[in-house]
Amino acid sequence: MIASKTSQLDDSQRIVITGVGLAAPNGDDLGQYRAALLEGRSGVVPYEIRYFGKTVAGVCNFDPLRYQKRKELRRGTRAGSIGIYAASEAVKDSGWDLPNLDRSTIGVYIGVTEHGNVETESEIYLISGYNYDTSVWSHHHNPRTVANNPAGEIALTLEITGPHYTLGAACAAGNVGLIQAAQMLRLGECDLALAGGVSESIHTFGIFAGFASQGALATHEDPTKASRPFDANRTGIVVAEGGCVYTVERLADAKARGAKIYGELVGYAINTDATDFVLPNPERQAQCVQKALLRAGLNPEDIDIVSTHATGTSNGDALECEALRNVFRESSRTHFNNTKSFIGHCMGAAGALELAGNLPAFRDGVVHHSINVDQLDPECALPNLVLDGPREIGRVRRILNNSFGMLGINSVVIIEDVGQQGH
Amino acid sequence: MAPEEIREVIIEILGDIAPDEDLGTLDDAIAFREQLELDSMDFLDIVMELRKRYRVQIPEDEYVQLASMNSTVSYLTPKMATIAK
Repeated sequence: MIASKTSQLDDSQRIVITGVGLAAPNGDDLGQYRAALLEGRSGVVPYEIRYFGKTVAGVCNFDPLRYQKRKELRRGTRAGSIGIYAASEAVKDSGWDLPNLDRSTIGVYIGVTEHGNVETESEIYLISGYNYDTSVWSHHHNPRTVANNPAGEIALTLEITGPHYTLGAACAAGNVGLIQAAQMLRLGECDLALAGGVSESIHTFGIFAGFASQGALATHEDPTKASRPFDANRTGIVVAEGGCVYTVERLADAKARGAKIYGELVGYAINTDATDFVLPNPERQAQCVQKALLRAGLNPEDIDIVSTHATGTSNGDALECEALRNVFRESSRTHFNNTKSFIGHCMGAAGALELAGNLPAFRDGVVHHSINVDQLDPECALPNLVLDGPREIGRVRRILNNSFGMLGINSVVIIEDVGQQGH
Repeated sequence: MAPEEIREVIIEILGDIAPDEDLGTLDDAIAFREQLELDSMDFLDIVMELRKRYRVQIPEDEYVQLASMNSTVSYLTPKMATIAK
């Protein structure tokens, strides 16, 4: 079932990240975002949404007009706009000469937790003002709510004519976008890929109300303290918007054009709990991590940083820690951190964004910390959980990124520093 | 609503639909599409806004009447004569 170990693959089958574009609640590009993570700066702010009322959320501040006209913004979706911004930034960062590339060979693979709720809620709200007369229901509803919308808006704006689609993978979707890109590049279905995840979820009241009804929505008088994975007094999830898109290509191609290489995707895995709609299964999570290690031909002690998925729910955080403890029991080298403590849960973008914030560790050897752990929950007390500030750990060779979602979907990617190979 | 008021309504709607355009230089005698970046979805927006704001119904086979400002105002004047702005 497992494909060849990455180390045995030819350069034409090895997959690397060559550009990063992102919109995070605490940064509009990788430099700002990494600086915020190292400085302990949160992106969670007071927020209010129709019907639900006052709450907190991770809200982005990027300028959407950098890559879109006002008319395009009006016609499209927030998820599409975040995707366009992140994809355009990634292309700029990668050095791709987009106008002169054969754009029929570029694939766009974008992970989403959900899509269409924002528009549907807005339209129902609008027609409620017309006694539910559906003749005023917007003709923009269908193109905005089709499931391929965010990837489609990216392709439309960047005039990319290769395959595009979104991957609905709940909160595992950011990793899944990247994995899909790797698979399609290896199959020769595309020669370059834009891949990652986006979230517009703060614009649907339903996600806040749903988590609140489930007893899983974070509350705190100080918004910046609301997202607190691993803390004994954590109260749940902070919903966030955001996006992260990578340019992804084969190592041979990246080397040939002298590209900057952020890292190589050396291992990945996706599996399913098949035990519950919502409650995670630590045994399956551990199996997913082990499967990714096996594919990469690595042992737990080969991993320097584990970017955890933990969302701040009482059960979820403890169960993930149980899974990680089982896999990394013998590894004194592995350090653990969490990005949601800064930005909240960016849903379909979470996996991609959380990986991105850790990638600079290949260059600076620093593990960013997790904030808001005032009193560590003993069930979450992983060895080398980085809490009180960024930690220098020397050379970082590999980062393992967890991303899990409802209906028991688990995804793991392992990124390795390729050193100077691409330069 | 008088013809000049209907024109103001259409300008207001166009301002929402085509926010990047300069409507101050619009020539009322020339087709919108020759002056503005409008597609079929934008014309549907005009129809939809008139329906929402003033309950004016425009049958599909009469959309062609919305080609220019002059034709739009002429077409809408009898339909909107008794509607207050």
